[in-house]
Amino acid sequence: MDVRLTIEQQQLRDAAAKLADDLGARSVSDLDDAARRARLEKTVASTGWRSLRSDGASGVEVAIVAEEFGRGLVDVPFFGPVLADDLHRHFSDDQPTCAIAVGADAFDAHGLDRVLVLRDRTVSTAAVGEPAPGADLTRSFATFVEPDETLGELSAENADRAHALTLVVTCADLVGVSRGAQAVAVDYAKIREQYGNTIGSYQAVAHMLAESEALIEGSISVLRHAAWAVDELTPEDAIRAARIAKIYTARAARTVCETAVQVHGGIGNTWECIEHVYLRRALTSTELFPVSLEEIDLGLS
Amino acid sequence: MDFRDSPEEAAFRARLRTWLADQAGKFPTSGDEYWARQGEWHQALYSAGFFGLSWPKKYGGQDLPPVFDVILDEELAVAGCPPRPSLGYLVVGLGHHASDELCERFLPGMIDGTERWCQGFSEPGAGSDLASLTTTATRDGDEYVIHGHKVWTSYSDVADWCLLLARTDPDAPRHRGISAFIVSMHQDGIEQRPLKMISGVTKEFGQVLFDGARVPASRMVGAPGEGWRVAMTVVGHEREPSTLGFAARYGKLVRQLAKRVDGPPPQDLAWAAVQSEMLRLHVRRRLSEQLDGVSHGSEGSLDKLLMTWVDQSVGHAALAVAGSRDEELLGSYMYSRAQSVMGGTSQIQKNIIASRILGLGV
Repeated sequence: MDVRLTIEQQQLRDAAAKLADDLGARSVSDLDDAARRARLEKTVASTGWRSLRSDGASGVEVAIVAEEFGRGLVDVPFFGPVLADDLHRHFSDDQPTCAIAVGADAFDAHGLDRVLVLRDRTVSTAAVGEPAPGADLTRSFATFVEPDETLGELSAENADRAHALTLVVTCADLVGVSRGAQAVAVDYAKIREQYGNTIGSYQAVAHMLAESEALIEGSISVLRHAAWAVDELTPEDAIRAARIAKIYTARAARTVCETAVQVHGGIGNTWECIEHVYLRRALTSTELFPVSLEEIDLGLS
Repeated sequence: MDFRDSPEEAAFRARLRTWLADQAGKFPTSGDEYWARQGEWHQALYSAGFFGLSWPKKYGGQDLPPVFDVILDEELAVAGCPPRPSLGYLVVGLGHHASDELCERFLPGMIDGTERWCQGFSEPGAGSDLASLTTTATRDGDEYVIHGHKVWTSYSDVADWCLLLARTDPDAPRHRGISAFIVSMHQDGIEQRPLKMISGVTKEFGQVLFDGARVPASRMVGAPGEGWRVAMTVVGHEREPSTLGFAARYGKLVRQLAKRVDGPPPQDLAWAAVQSEMLRLHVRRRLSEQLDGVSHGSEGSLDKLLMTWVDQSVGHAALAVAGSRDEELLGSYMYSRAQSVMGGTSQIQKNIIASRILGLGV
């Protein structure tokens, strides 16, 4: 047993983190900076990370990039394209960049005209339609019309592994978002002063942030296992691991992001404070392919 | 990256399972009956070659990586055997700070279970604020004479030896005036008083009164005034789930509870299942990090906090499934309340996380 990231995986993480730090949204006004977003789009496209799966990468590597992109609020498509690529690779060597269908909507559709649709085990594509409502300010929903091109049918195993990977990528985004929100809140608690001291020096504030830190550590551990399980365990066990991770990381992310808003006080409730951008992204990743406690296997099987 | 057993780990697990198949039901796993026969269990584990796995060979251990301890914990839980006796923090504490002579004299007996130990740290007036302790050790020739009152002393009634913190220099700043000693529990001048816990257990915790007990000066652990550093090493390791060996028990209790449920399981139980699986995986990640030589200091506080949440969520699941009239499960719920106090309260853990990991200047 050795669950450390390999050297190559650490390098991938560092590269994804640097890209996200350099070009992701660091402030609410960054979200409206079209030039930054265009540079980000060009850079993400050049990495080839949207086609990690067809390039032979494991679930762990996909999760590494997704986590760093969540942490750095990368606001160009990754979630949709990387999952679409995971499905598309079974039918074609050509890997177009597509959004992914979530229920009746296309998700992560910004700037994309095609969406990959998985229904039962049939994979098809459709044209992206009009923008649709959503809380996330960094990734967008859109409508789509009926699929007009069928690619084929997945095997049961490939469909299950794709489902596990989908859950894992939502978990990775949640862990990244939690880390990002927590970092901003901890920095703020070190500079904001009340009663003559930084608010982070008061236990009432410090203990909330300490709890968030522990939740993030637990989240990293369940994510690591679920990401590894995508390719290494039976499809059934991979889905079981992913469900555990989804429940834990979603609960943790909501608490961490809500705490981050609270630590910012009145400022945290204004549009210009970045924390609500994390919170919105966390709510969205929670609702993408949600898992309920009723689906948790109690270990009796 | 691999969460599975390596070939060596799998072979060890198979060997262990074979031995455990004969042990199930021989030793009680909870309550006073467990504590009464814990020493016997310790020696049975040791003589079969399954205790002290990750400790130094020269003191009776096997120098194996700590993951073998976790395999042991998992298999003990699956087999329905009692948990591994928790001693790791004392072994590490002596190993780091005691002289070679003291290690050679005391570690083999501690590891093979022929000598039992307790830890005399907390006092009625020194709980979270441990450095305010007032037990004194006063030099008298080649000996020190001890006066004071210790409390929350686990296994004090059966202990042969006590790792004791006492003030040796009343004039030094409070953290620097404390020294650590290995004190014999078999002497005049020591009085035991058992403490009955809210779970009903009477054999785990005690109070110990020292009134003129003696200890040779040669049995000081580390230098005079080094007691605080000894204490921090010990409590740091006392906070690690991988050292404590509790993690595997939570999953087991969840599965036992699930068997009693007729119909859809209560949400508290499903959440406890998620939490206990989280801790199992978290321990694996921490052990892997130790392969890089990362030794855990303040990260132990994160792990202790996570373990406490898991323990108490399993306690709540027990209540949700069985109510308050099942004696054994009520006991395990009541015992779970102590998890946020023992080894440093959750509030102290949060202070440590906030100040040392987050740098908040608490």
